[in-house]
Amino acid sequence: MSDHLLSLMTFFPLVGMLIVLFLPREADRLIKSVTLIFTIIVFLISLPLAFDDVFLTSSAMHYTEFAEWISIGQYFQMNYNIGIDGISLWLVLLTTFIMPVTVLSTWHAVDKNTKGFMALLLLLETGMLGAFISLDLFLFYIFWELMLIPMYFLIGIWGGKNRIYAAIKFFIFTAVGSLLMLVAIIYVYYYSLQAGVAFENGFSAAHFAQLSIPVEAQMWLFAAFAFSFAIKVPMFPVHTWLPDAHTEAPTAGSVILAAILLKMGTYGYVRFAIPLFPVATMNYTPLLATLAVIGIIYGALVAMMQDDVKKLVAYSSVSHLGFVMLGVFAMNLQGLSGGMLQMINHGISTGALFLIVGFIYERRHTRLIVDFGGLSKVMPVFATIFMIVTFSSIGLPGTNGFVGEFLILVGAFESGLRWYTVLATTGVVLAAVYMLWMFQRVMMGKVTNPANANLKDLSAREVVVMLPLILFIFWIGVYPNTFFEKMNPSLENLISQVKGKQQIAILAEQQLDHSVTQVSVSE
Amino acid sequence: MYDKLWLIPFFPLIGSIINGLLGKRFIKSEKAIGAIGTGAVFLSFLVTCRYFFQLLGDTEKVHQQVVASWMSVGKLQVDWGFLFDPLSALMLMVVCGVGSLIHLYSIGYMHGEEGFYRYFSYLNLFIFSMIMLVLGNNALVMFIGWEGVGLCSYLLIGYYFEKQSAGDAAKKAFVMNRVGDFGFLLGLFTIFWTLGSHGIWTVNFVDFSEHGHLLGVGSTVVTVATLCFFLGATGKSAQLPLYTWLPDAMEGPTPVSALIHAATMVTAGVYMIGRMNVLFAMSPTTMGVVAAVGAATAIFAASIGFAQNDIKRVLAYSTVSQLGFMFVAMGVGAFTAGIFHLMTHAFFKACLFLGSGSVIHAMHHALHHAHLDDDPQDMRNMGGLRKHMPVTWATFGISCLAIAGLPFFAGFFSKDEILWWAFASTRGSLVVWGIAAFAAGMTAFYMFRCLYMTFYGKQKTDPKAKDHVHESPWVITLPLVVLAGLATVGGFVGVPHAIDVVHIGNKLDAFLAPVFHHTQELYQIEAHGAASTEIMLMVFSVVVALIGIGIATTMYLKNPELPAKFTSTFSRLHRVVFNKWYVDEIYDAMFVNTTKQFGNFCWKFFDVKIVDGIVNGVGKVVNVLSAGLRHTQTGLFQNYALAMVLGTVVMVAIYILN
Repeated sequence: MSDHLLSLMTFFPLVGMLIVLFLPREADRLIKSVTLIFTIIVFLISLPLAFDDVFLTSSAMHYTEFAEWISIGQYFQMNYNIGIDGISLWLVLLTTFIMPVTVLSTWHAVDKNTKGFMALLLLLETGMLGAFISLDLFLFYIFWELMLIPMYFLIGIWGGKNRIYAAIKFFIFTAVGSLLMLVAIIYVYYYSLQAGVAFENGFSAAHFAQLSIPVEAQMWLFAAFAFSFAIKVPMFPVHTWLPDAHTEAPTAGSVILAAILLKMGTYGYVRFAIPLFPVATMNYTPLLATLAVIGIIYGALVAMMQDDVKKLVAYSSVSHLGFVMLGVFAMNLQGLSGGMLQMINHGISTGALFLIVGFIYERRHTRLIVDFGGLSKVMPVFATIFMIVTFSSIGLPGTNGFVGEFLILVGAFESGLRWYTVLATTGVVLAAVYMLWMFQRVMMGKVTNPANANLKDLSAREVVVMLPLILFIFWIGVYPNTFFEKMNPSLENLISQVKGKQQIAILAEQQLDHSVTQVSVSE
Repeated sequence: MYDKLWLIPFFPLIGSIINGLLGKRFIKSEKAIGAIGTGAVFLSFLVTCRYFFQLLGDTEKVHQQVVASWMSVGKLQVDWGFLFDPLSALMLMVVCGVGSLIHLYSIGYMHGEEGFYRYFSYLNLFIFSMIMLVLGNNALVMFIGWEGVGLCSYLLIGYYFEKQSAGDAAKKAFVMNRVGDFGFLLGLFTIFWTLGSHGIWTVNFVDFSEHGHLLGVGSTVVTVATLCFFLGATGKSAQLPLYTWLPDAMEGPTPVSALIHAATMVTAGVYMIGRMNVLFAMSPTTMGVVAAVGAATAIFAASIGFAQNDIKRVLAYSTVSQLGFMFVAMGVGAFTAGIFHLMTHAFFKACLFLGSGSVIHAMHHALHHAHLDDDPQDMRNMGGLRKHMPVTWATFGISCLAIAGLPFFAGFFSKDEILWWAFASTRGSLVVWGIAAFAAGMTAFYMFRCLYMTFYGKQKTDPKAKDHVHESPWVITLPLVVLAGLATVGGFVGVPHAIDVVHIGNKLDAFLAPVFHHTQELYQIEAHGAASTEIMLMVFSVVVALIGIGIATTMYLKNPELPAKFTSTFSRLHRVVFNKWYVDEIYDAMFVNTTKQFGNFCWKFFDVKIVDGIVNGVGKVVNVLSAGLRHTQTGLFQNYALAMVLGTVVMVAIYILN
């Protein structure tokens, strides 16, 4: 069975989706239970991956499966080529872990057309898992687009007042990006065939990474990939779809969007854009690091001024993901590990924050900060949990956020991004400002609005939803090695490959310069 | 040998968790909650004592214990590790000792509070964090404690979270500390990579001491790094320019002010410099900055202390000022003196704060009894309390003598050692000494002003409440007595050689020597001068203190109408000082408001107008175009077939032509 573990994990949600589609429309609780059970089973299927010690020592792909899929004569072949390594391991597990939590959070929040909602959630899970395990670029592209559709409907049908605008904005931004990526993928494919990569390999990213694509072409191709991923991350200045999508999306949609979908962008850089185009990566690093740092500060400043809690959290994501990008482009082990860990951290902490916003929205049907105040008094359990998550998001040492941010900053500081790091570190101060200011206005003070006077504290179900997230907040904060030890071999391998190619390019250029000067001297 | 060090932070952590999770629903009883909280800290104190005395007898003075790995990422290896040496041992004695007393005191002071369990949970968590800060063997474990105490400070300042001012103060404290932490992190990055470039990959303090010289004495790197660390210290220890959070922090319960904002947390910056004394000593520039900032803060905060009427605010500014003295010590290389003053200050300032708490407690009950809303912290409502609260008065008085530096109270020894070093050290300067000596005189003045306004003269409490002011129960007075005792005799551990007629010896100096002497020898930091000079300076500073006390006595005891005359004569100056030199207002205008405006600009202009404007604009163009193109969508099969055929023809044509 372990031969097909990844396939089983990825497509099992589809089985759930089919079952859900055959359930009676009005069997609301049954539909939710079936969905919950399926997401839990998927999590259990994926769990052995977490305990597999092969990742401790090996940087290679494991659990690989390979089958020829679509082949058109001698012109085109793509394969069902999947596998998992230390880079995708924890993102896959984050996905399977977040899904049951999310489903459980919808228990009372979704009552309109539950059947469609749950079916889409399950479809979305398949899309996300597929994207993380694809080794064939075309397969990746299919899963990438597959995620887009359910999310579009989740926002457009179950969203808030302004949902249509938000859904279309989300779709257009992402679709424009992915079209550019598709063009780039096809270009690389035909280039690889010319360069002698065997036809049977299809769109194998590993084979593409072996090519020595001319720098000129790399610059264009990287730009296409990077643009597509930058929208997903989202990086400044293509981030403006995110606040709208988040505010309008139902809680479950926001959680998945923040926890998993955004990671697709940063993962895309690490998995594809950087190893495929190492020289272009080097040349673009100043630009991307600049955008990352702007994102950190800009996201924080705008978050500070929000009057809607959910929008505030959305903008904080822009800031947090800026940290991830800075770490990734530091291109050393500390930065990359920190960046990868921060992807998980952001999934947990921001996912938790969206759940928290969902809790109070369900009670008060508003998300405006001014409508709250003094909730600590009425909802003490909620207050405690909110406090823990808030400080995790701020990056308090002892929680997950600190480990990620610290490593990112340490890494970036070394890698020639020193001044970027100094600026980025101000984000640490700003995070405290916008989070604590929000916390104060929502939770502290006197209860001034009578509507808040009798709010119910968290139910047992809601506490159960939050507890696993809190467990990981502290686990990662206190003993992150559980995660590092399994991702570092793959990351080290990636760094040495990319750095190796960059070195060759630098040497080649120096030689070129040298020969030019020699020529000019001889003249 | 030192393998149970982890027990020291363990007890308060467990205490915090037990009270936090079970206190409200299951334990309920105040006595049990108080006992768990106090007991946990006391157990830590006992373990500390055991190791402390073991260390006294040991020849090997530096002990490390690594419990587990924390982060292991390539060359960055961070452990959960502890470092027990004379410096951390002494600091732990202060933290756990004073901490136990304040926990005990809190049982009485917080009696009847709704969030009693929450209070003790936070207070234990604070002690845990403080222990981590002190005991960490590397900069990151210290940083856990460093930010952990910031968190607890946030939680405890905001303990009365229903009050707007408490919430504001809590947030301000955390954010200003974060500004300092920004410096701490950058300093750490600099040291880590620079030492790494010499092949030493470490964040461990012992390694810093051993290999610090690789950075190069007086090099830019070491100056930048230590200045960054010092920025961290100014945040945590409320020095210029990041001191404004501390006076506001008085919104928290008074025992919290005593424990966190006087005795322990705010001294963390001083401790940190002590911990990294090798690095600091390598940069004369940084040392100069530290001394200058310390001296400036000492005199600046003292000036504000002149005009405050809230008893806790006076003590808060006094704390800022006294911390300035400690930084003067660190800056002139008198590390031992700095730590010495840290210790004696913990005794007398904790006693002063707890004394003020006892007064506030009594005032609060009296006013409450009489159904009055008068401010129980305003000294203008007090006066003459000596008769009603004899124990509080006596202990408060002793502590005032100690802080004023009268012989032979604790503050006398530590303050004079600082002044002596400022005067005679190779890193000292006459200006720093002059400012510090003057600030010492100011201290004596405003502390006695406070003492007189509270305990002497006519009682100005509302007649209805007047006779309901009573002495506090034993859980409150016992800590006062113990601390007053320490404030009296605590200085004898550091008797200076010049006046050591009975040859007690400077015990503290000898004890801390393994931590500091090496640095001082290596970088030729020493105080040299004749014993007669030292004695003369002492006499001088006692005279200055007596003058301060004398002025206070004339103004507030003998001629109570004088202060009013003074304020009306110098009304403008008084207003500026009373309003704390308008620093808060200046910061608001300079930083807070501009940041907010810029944030709004980013959002409302850049996001909405520029980016979304472009996107929506493109959307509109597409809309217009598609409205035109829509006419091609006729729905007639023949039209589509025609289009297909045309398309095929074009493609074939291109293929052939190619």
